[in-house]
Parts: sequence; C-alpha cells; structure tokens
Amino acid sequence: MENEKNHIIPYRTFLFVLAGLITLTIISVTLTQISLGTLTVAAALLIAAVKSFFVLRIFMHLKFETRMFSIGVVAVTLLITVVIIITLLDYLFR
Amino acid sequence: MKDTVLAGRDTAGAKLGMWLFLFTEILLFGGMFLLYAVDRAKHAAEFHAAAEGLNRFVGAANTIILLTSSLTMALSIAELRSGRRERSLMFQSLTILFGCIFLGVKYFEWTAKIGHGIFPDSPELMKLPKGQILFYGLYFVMTGLHGVHVLAGIVVLVFMLISTINRRITHHDYVRIENSGLYWHLVDLIWIFLFPLFYLIT
Repeated sequence: MENEKNHIIPYRTFLFVLAGLITLTIISVTLTQISLGTLTVAAALLIAAVKSFFVLRIFMHLKFETRMFSIGVVAVTLLITVVIIITLLDYLFR
Repeated sequence: MKDTVLAGRDTAGAKLGMWLFLFTEILLFGGMFLLYAVDRAKHAAEFHAAAEGLNRFVGAANTIILLTSSLTMALSIAELRSGRRERSLMFQSLTILFGCIFLGVKYFEWTAKIGHGIFPDSPELMKLPKGQILFYGLYFVMTGLHGVHVLAGIVVLVFMLISTINRRITHHDYVRIENSGLYWHLVDLIWIFLFPLFYLIT
C-alpha cells in the first residue's frame, strides 16, 4: 500500500497516454466527417469516456490512490447519467 | 499513516478534501450537461446547423493543447517528487503557458463570433431559430464557465510556481501542487466532453 501510494509513474507511460489521447481526439473528429447518423453522439461520448478514463487513472493518479476516490467518481458519474436519462425519458415520451 | 502526516500537514485529508471539491465541480457542470441534453434532444437539427458555425479544427487544436498541458502538469509533479526541481519548474511554466494559449485561442473564437453579432441576447442571434439561440446560449455559458476555470487554474499554478521557487513546495511536501494538478486535470476532463458536444455535431 505504502509503495503504491508513493509510486511515481514513469515518463514513458505519461507520453503513451498523451499519444493515445491525441489519437482518440483525431479519431473523434474524423468520425464526425463520415456521418454515422444517430450513432455519432454515442461514438463521440464513448470516445470522450475512454479519454476520461485515462486522464483519471493516470494523470489524476487514481490507479494508485485509495479506492474511495474511484468509487466517488463512479458514483457522481452514475448520478449524472441516471438523472439525464430519466429527464430525457420524461421529455421525449411525455 | 505516519508518512501522510508531514510537518503538521495531513496529506491524506488534503487529498480527500480536494476530491470532494472536484465532485461538486463535476456536479456543477453535470447540471449544465443535463440542460444541454434536453435542449439538443428537442432541437437536434438546429443544434447541428448552429454547430456548423464553429470551427472544429480550432476546437481540436485547443483540445490537444489542453491535453498536452495535462501531461506537463503530471510531469512537473513526477519531476518534483524525483527531486529534480529545475525540471519541475520548467514543466510548471509550460503548463501555465499552454493554459494561456488555450485561453488565447478561446478569446479569438469568441471575438470572431461576437464580431459576427453572435452573443447572448444580440439582435442577430435573436433572429435565428429557437434551437440555435439555445445552442449559442449554452455555448457561451458552458465554454465561458470552463474558461473561468482555466483562468482560476492558471492563477493557482502561478502561486504553486512561486511556492516551488521559494522552496515552500519541495519533494518532501508537495500535496498542494498535487491538488492543484488534480484541479487542472479536472478542467481538462470537462473540456474532453465539451469539445465533441459543441464542435462535433452531425
């Protein structure tokens, strides 16, 4: 535990993550040009979610912190998602 | 536990406090995303038409700038913890520079829009269909609030830079810059969602 807490992520990992994030950004922009119809929003959000995962785990160091913070992030994200889904159901099928 | 309490500073508590604050920030933007979701669902075609008015390559460039600033932020902390203070100072300065570039690009984007008469409540905007008015309303409020966060992040990072120069932040005592970094990454995280939702609508 103590070892993990003081873990210093190597340079290489950080650079790989940035390369991945930039690649995903470019993929996201390219996907917009080839229209996927209604799937576009889903694809854009999925890519954004994957990018967030890496920012949270590596840049924000969650991988090496107490589980409590990760659980909190998941809980807050779920709360927003559920509220958005319920509100949309209400608006669209009223 | 003894390693987390240093010079009268409870680093575990400091981090917990920071994360709780970040949760409230996520919820703040979450409320706006909720409004966005409903408006877009009701005015899909008009949102698409309005989004055509934004330059997605400028948006993508700004995304890459902000992502890179997150990297330099993370590197500055890794360098500091490894005891390489000078390199940490360099990466901290780079992070601040990237933040300023991001805001500069945003400034030019906004002034271009305002130059075309598109700003909240402008006569030009009010002539557009309702969905487009809503789109630009959300655009200015959400990217504006995000911009305020970037500005706040830059101010905080300048204080961290000064503290590192004065050796009040060292490789033994770095929780303040770690927490500042968390804030900076959160601002990056929010932009990761703002970018596709405003620039990439088809």
